Amino acid sequence: MSVIVGRETRVVVQGMGRHGTFHALACREYGTQIVGGMTPGKGGTKIEGFPIFDSMEQAVREAGANAALVFVPPIAAADAMMEAADSGVGVIVCITEGIPTQDMVRASAFLRERGTRLIGPNCPGIISPGEKCKVGIMPGHIHTPGPVGIISRSGTLTYEAVGQLTALGIGQSTCIGIGGDPIIGTTHRDALELFARDGATEAIVMIGEIGGNAEEEAAAFVRKSVSKPVIGFVAGQTAPPGRRMGHAGAIIAGGKGTAREKMDAMRAAGIAVVQSPADIGAEVARQLKSS
Amino acid sequence: MKLHEHQAKGLLAAQGVPVPQGRAAFSVDEAVAAARAVGFPAVVKAQIHAGGRGKGGGVKLARSLDEVESLARAMLGMRLVTHQTGPEGRIVRRLLVEQGMDMEGAREMYLAVLIDRQVGRPVVMGSSRGGVDIEEVAAKDPAAIVRTHVDPAAGFQPFQARKLALALGLSGQSFGKAVPFISSVYKAFVSYDAALVEINPLLVTRGGDWVALDAKVDLDDNALRRHPDLVLLRDLTEESPLEVEAGKHDLNYIKLEGGTIGCMVNGAGLAMATMDIIKLAGGSPANFLDVGGGANADQIRAAFRILLADKDVKVVLINIFGGILRCDVLAEGVIAAVKELDVRVPVVVRMKGNNEDLGRSMLAESGLDFRTGEGMAEAAQLAVAAGGGQA
Repeated sequence: MSVIVGRETRVVVQGMGRHGTFHALACREYGTQIVGGMTPGKGGTKIEGFPIFDSMEQAVREAGANAALVFVPPIAAADAMMEAADSGVGVIVCITEGIPTQDMVRASAFLRERGTRLIGPNCPGIISPGEKCKVGIMPGHIHTPGPVGIISRSGTLTYEAVGQLTALGIGQSTCIGIGGDPIIGTTHRDALELFARDGATEAIVMIGEIGGNAEEEAAAFVRKSVSKPVIGFVAGQTAPPGRRMGHAGAIIAGGKGTAREKMDAMRAAGIAVVQSPADIGAEVARQLKSS
Repeated sequence: MKLHEHQAKGLLAAQGVPVPQGRAAFSVDEAVAAARAVGFPAVVKAQIHAGGRGKGGGVKLARSLDEVESLARAMLGMRLVTHQTGPEGRIVRRLLVEQGMDMEGAREMYLAVLIDRQVGRPVVMGSSRGGVDIEEVAAKDPAAIVRTHVDPAAGFQPFQARKLALALGLSGQSFGKAVPFISSVYKAFVSYDAALVEINPLLVTRGGDWVALDAKVDLDDNALRRHPDLVLLRDLTEESPLEVEAGKHDLNYIKLEGGTIGCMVNGAGLAMATMDIIKLAGGSPANFLDVGGGANADQIRAAFRILLADKDVKVVLINIFGGILRCDVLAEGVIAAVKELDVRVPVVVRMKGNNEDLGRSMLAESGLDFRTGEGMAEAAQLAVAAGGGQA
């Protein structure tokens, strides 16, 4: 079992440029059903054996796609996501970094109206190792099937956590990179809700970072509705206020969104918060043993 | 991207927002000419990318050309220190000379448009307590701030402006001006792809007119690609030279005051976590530096140059999780950069992922003085031990 993506997921890659094609191949190699690519004007051709479609509607009709993986450049990415939602796919994973915020405001309202689930943007994607399904750019080989669900706003920091778990012999049910932008689809809270219900997930790792208050909202949800152990970390304990730390969403504004506030809220909700990013794996092992 | 007040007012005026008549001046002569055009009393305002200018002595009233001349002479080139600039302040390189408004019987309000990330929609915020730091108002008297969220499909509606104006206690003539004023401000927010439009104070005159007495517009960097005209408004003298240089190489660099361990990391989250673990190990990070997913040889060289330009840096710590990136390629780039730039400070490398063993043995066999750590914690301890401890 897993959440959001699994064996039945049939993915179309939007934006079959160099980057999109490279990752379409890597996903297929991992075991994901990549049923085609979409690049307007290239319909009817093939790239690396993938049939290419002019529109998402075609991809759904002819290849039975039910998910989209978006690599379209930032200025056109909102359009691509809205096209995917309009075509009826249930899940959109958007890797693109640097989408204008007001575009995301419009796109996320459009997607919400249609009930489409969005992961990202500006994220590594999602992977369910036990289902051999990877819809994203993460290195597949560091993952291993198992009982831990991971939710994170960052890419390489997630790989770090996965690497620690795998080295300890602890596998993952699904890892969700929710993205570092101020406006994202699936939030920490949404992902926690899915993992709380998932039979294959026994513990949840939640990796947050400075900025916004998604971690606080997630903590409130954990306190109320999650009985599985949750292990947390918040990046940016040493970040100065008012500076955007790489991710567009990672900024301490008006004294709000600090790591300290988030860690306090998470601890108060019963989450096992580690101070050091090097201790995530060990803490998960401890929690799994005692639960 | 931040803009100067005179630029922000120009953009707002173009969308129909009333602003005082004014002109930018880069020299004393230009300031005098501007005052001649706008008349008296005139206000001379230092233009820097920071707030709190009035308290710092950057905003002065002038009643004559002589006064404008002496004010301009004093302000241009001065180091203006405000609560937002830090103790080093900012050099004033340009002024705004504008018509002085009649403050008699006028009210100072606050108006802003920004994205509420919690809701994922734009929000228009108003307060009857303008002219002061809005964050102070928010902390002490949150009820004094009124908000209305905007449906992104429908856009800002006139009733929302009326609702705000009523909540702000406006009536009569001034109430009638709410719809055109706030609608124009919202239109500016959308058409420039702004991250923030803030008018503080927003002057409501005795006669009921609304005027943007001060204005701040922050643009969304991600949207600049479709606004080539707005890119021209960028003032590089207001930005840190190292941060500008980093941007040219697609590196994301932020200097941290007082740190001694220069960090080079791939990924923003891991870069922040690396800073955190350095602190936990008893050291202090000199910067945030994200080399991105690719980290090619050019970027590594540029990253070293930027780190070493900071004289506080005593040790360099490289932390790379090579997912797609191969550690042997990374090691090659690091070795080449250290040789080419004749790096003298100790370099600690922690790399994980594809071909990590090969990468590590390349570093060991390079004949250069690399220290390698297996995990993040170990690498941070090595960096602190190598001279990056607290001074």
